[in-house]
Amino acid sequence: MRSALRLLFVLALIAPLQAQVSFDRILRGDREPHNWLSYSGTLMNQRYSPLTQITADNARNLQQQWVWQTRSLEKFEATPLVVDGVMYTVEAPNTAVALDAATGRVFCTYPYTPAPEGRPCCGRVNRGLAILGDTLYMGTIDAHLIAIDAKNGKPLWNTVVANAAQRYSITSSPTVVKDKVIIGTGGGDGPIRGHISAFDAKTGKEAWRFYTIPGPGEPGHETWAGDSWKVGGVGVWNAGAYDPETNLVFFGTGNPAPDWDGSTRRGDNLYSDSVVALDADTGTLKWHYQFTPHDELDYDATQVPVLADIEWQGRPRKVMLWANRNGIMYVLDRVTGEFLKGKPYVKTNWLDGFDAKGRPNRVKFPTPEGTLVFPHVHGGTNWAPPSYSPRTGLFYVATWENSGIVSVTGQFPRVMSSNAQQTAMGQTTLVPFYNDATEPYGVVRAYDPKTLDQVWEFKMSDITWGGTLVTAGDVVFSGGREGYLLALDAKTGKLLWRSSVGGQVNAAAMSYAVNGRQFVAIAAGNALFAYALPAN
Amino acid sequence: MRATNLTRRLAIALVAMGLGLFAPRTAAAQHETAADLLDGERAYRNTCANCHGPDGDVIAGIDLGRGRFRRPMTDEDLVRIIRTGIPNTPMPASPMTVEQAQKIVAYLRNRASGARGSLAAGDPVRGKAVFERPGATACTSCHRVGASGSRLGPDLTDVGTRRSAAELERALVDPGADVAPPNRTYRVVLKDGTTVTGRLLGHDTFSVQLIDSKEQLRSFAKGDLREQGFVPSPMPSYRGTLSPQEIADMVSYLSSLRGR
Repeated sequence: MRSALRLLFVLALIAPLQAQVSFDRILRGDREPHNWLSYSGTLMNQRYSPLTQITADNARNLQQQWVWQTRSLEKFEATPLVVDGVMYTVEAPNTAVALDAATGRVFCTYPYTPAPEGRPCCGRVNRGLAILGDTLYMGTIDAHLIAIDAKNGKPLWNTVVANAAQRYSITSSPTVVKDKVIIGTGGGDGPIRGHISAFDAKTGKEAWRFYTIPGPGEPGHETWAGDSWKVGGVGVWNAGAYDPETNLVFFGTGNPAPDWDGSTRRGDNLYSDSVVALDADTGTLKWHYQFTPHDELDYDATQVPVLADIEWQGRPRKVMLWANRNGIMYVLDRVTGEFLKGKPYVKTNWLDGFDAKGRPNRVKFPTPEGTLVFPHVHGGTNWAPPSYSPRTGLFYVATWENSGIVSVTGQFPRVMSSNAQQTAMGQTTLVPFYNDATEPYGVVRAYDPKTLDQVWEFKMSDITWGGTLVTAGDVVFSGGREGYLLALDAKTGKLLWRSSVGGQVNAAAMSYAVNGRQFVAIAAGNALFAYALPAN
Repeated sequence: MRATNLTRRLAIALVAMGLGLFAPRTAAAQHETAADLLDGERAYRNTCANCHGPDGDVIAGIDLGRGRFRRPMTDEDLVRIIRTGIPNTPMPASPMTVEQAQKIVAYLRNRASGARGSLAAGDPVRGKAVFERPGATACTSCHRVGASGSRLGPDLTDVGTRRSAAELERALVDPGADVAPPNRTYRVVLKDGTTVTGRLLGHDTFSVQLIDSKEQLRSFAKGDLREQGFVPSPMPSYRGTLSPQEIADMVSYLSSLRGR
């Protein structure tokens, strides 16, 4: 009996090394804080690590532990997964890699070569993998979804999600819900008709498809003039969120096309620039909220939905937090889609308020002499993921302050700066930076979701395409174009530590632990960096 | 003299033509009408500007507004690239027809050629003499041409390929009007009161890099500074200092500087 118990104890110790990643594990990722099982840690997308070894008091002692350099010259936007000591990430465009999370040494790779026609607007990038069981899932820049054996890097199935020759692409991390892999198609700045599709995790067979532009006879179709719905864009560039209590999966949708000229697509253009709540089993639309009706400023909702349970006006409420590209931060009821609050979180002037249902009242339009619009098309933030800490109750967003001049309908708004280079869609290497104080800059900010008031900010000189990570040690990690990984006090915003990573930060950090030691990893330039406190 | 930056869309193609940066125009873009150019501009704004920027100069090494590409391009080359993209780069294919792509090319060619500006009626030989004239406000005390002159200000060795005559003239008479970001002047004051002023080579949240008046490359931690910030361009206006003819001569000389 004693030997049996001993065996059970030993098995319990080694079980995590052998266990497959069940959906229950993904759903309750917070129960195994040493792992990072989905794009933003859990399907609530809070990008919150419960690990507590690194704290605001000791973050100044962080040291680089390893660097893994890719062979890619593309932007490195992926957030790695970590499963029981093994890290999985993607070298752009579509090489899946398994690494030793403690040393950065490579176990195996799966180099997929996408078709050359897979070239979306903003780089041949990939934002990360998903995992279920022993299988990794990767969306590809030529709009395939590929299942890969996590142990040896061998492809298991390869499903064509959409036709890359028609401008479809996939840059986002897939979202696993139960036995399905759900992914949206990017490419919405071109003449596509975007969609979100679910695939059987074992076979790759399509289970359901939701078009982000309703077809004839469907509600919302009337919001597109003529045949504009056929080529209205509305891509999906980022991962979704999932709420098991309502069985709803949530995705943000992209801008309508053409981006800056709405004359051919009169109407609200549903479901562009929206969050859509879909039944996870069927893809049926349950509710939607459109942040920017009839968008002509490329304010797409390319951000991840962040789910949080907070006290709202004196009672618990299941909400969704959203810092949108259009400069407005939102609190929505994630069960019903009800608009609870919206408030500018950066300088914003394109609207003067909302009606009772949360529809914005746009007040800025192109004029021959030019109309100054805040924010510029690159937004108050863009695709990079924010974070939310249940400990501090604060929402952390890497933001931009910027503006543009709109003088002609259909014209890319002129940047309000003599340094136009700063608005490029992210680069890898460090570049000289000459801005003065009147020009766009990046800021990491913390907001109170109950009021949407700003609590603190950390201002950078340059702009940022990086996101944020917050940990239970009350440290916020972020970075930007300047090429630093920053550690900030989650309660005050005070700079605790920084590390020069020698390349632009185009991704958000994540955290994991191996053998009881907490790491923080960040992609920057063309390399992946891991940090930890000294081993002793 | 400090080179200035008018809106980039009014840049030179003047000298670029001579350097072969523009390939010979071909039938594809020779018969455009004003309406075609407007169509081309609209299509450019809708399709190309997201990555290339409104002035076509966002991607390093490419300046569509000035007809600069990574290698010489015929109109047919450009039409093909617009339609088929460039494999293994972010440049995507487009479903445009040949005619639509031709209009974009026509717009870009027209824009570049229209930005040439007008040559000043000056003499470059006399202008060179004025440029190299010694004195307290000598151009070479800040600027370099070839192997001569200071590195403090912008290097003018190829300024004729980068600035129109109108821009050069404006730089001489109103040098602070529009200073290009890489030419901005920055001043730092250390905690001991030491002041260093120079051309800003870059800065971030934590540090500043300059080239100072002694042509030394300097880097400062912002935490070590008592004061810091941009200051007006030290370049004097030559309005009144030089005669109109001398300014015209200078413009002519600077326009002739096309690199080695």
